Amino acid sequence: MTAHEKHAPENPAAARRSYVYVWLALLALTFATTTVGKIDLGPFNVYVALTIAVIKALLVMLFFMHVNHSRGITRVYVVAGFFWLGIMLVMTLTDYLTRRWPSPSSGW
Amino acid sequence: MSDAPATVTHPAFAHQFDNLGQQRDVAVFGMWVFLVTEIMFFGGLFAGYTVYRSMYPHAFAIASQYMNVTVGALNTGVLICSSLTMVLAVQAAQLGRNRVVIWFLLATIAFGLVFLGVKAYEYHEKWVEQVVPGFNFHIHLPEARQIELLMVFYFVMTGMHALHMVIGVGLLSYLIWRASKDEFGPDYFNPVDNIGLYWHFVDIVWIFLFPMLYLIGAHLPRMIHE
Repeated sequence: MTAHEKHAPENPAAARRSYVYVWLALLALTFATTTVGKIDLGPFNVYVALTIAVIKALLVMLFFMHVNHSRGITRVYVVAGFFWLGIMLVMTLTDYLTRRWPSPSSGW
Repeated sequence: MSDAPATVTHPAFAHQFDNLGQQRDVAVFGMWVFLVTEIMFFGGLFAGYTVYRSMYPHAFAIASQYMNVTVGALNTGVLICSSLTMVLAVQAAQLGRNRVVIWFLLATIAFGLVFLGVKAYEYHEKWVEQVVPGFNFHIHLPEARQIELLMVFYFVMTGMHALHMVIGVGLLSYLIWRASKDEFGPDYFNPVDNIGLYWHFVDIVWIFLFPMLYLIGAHLPRMIHE
């Protein structure tokens, strides 16, 4: 049944409502990340910030970019894109994080 | 082949496709192919940022305190609002309500311009605080060079993001012109859909830039003197 790309248009009013909910969730998450960002959680600040950012990105992609209604081939391509991004980040860091650098505080 | 009749008569139908449904599938897929190259493009900047932040976490946290968190958060909200009006424009285009499309696109452009205006204000703040790398950088802290490095990432990343926004505003203006000719409807709204995908992608880039640049030092005591 999902032969073609479509956009949940069975009921336009319901689709509109879901867009507004996603919009409210995104605003709430922005407020949350800003508020939590000012509290000292030690090393966890970065994890909380990135987790919230990933949730927001997923909301935008699934609902605003309609990936939840996309064809399989489009979804595969989206996932592949982020998978390759993961390869770039992980392989880069396996190099840099395992080198023996002089102490960073000694300057350039 | 149920949509074959519409295929023959629709002015936007390109002859290499079987029907408008297939044309639409290919358009969406092609847009995602482009967006994946954009993921890799911004991904390279994110990778560079991550490497240097892992080397100089302290300096990057200090440098992040030059960012105006409140203004950045409000600007994030502005961009999220622009994504809402964009997706509503796509829906209106699909329903063939071209007048409504124009209004939602105008709202999206307005939000986009507010974002860019605020960005310009922030850049001006950086100039006044003399933390613009290369041109006007006069910070006398122990890790000034590393702080300057984060400011390079700040200006390159937000600059590339802003460039995408400027291009986006141009594309949205083009859509308004198309909608004014009453071109969009259930069978054909690919341009609105694809430029919408582009606009949302640029929103996602900012969703990551905001915590990476503004928030990494926000939880620490102020280490810079105003």
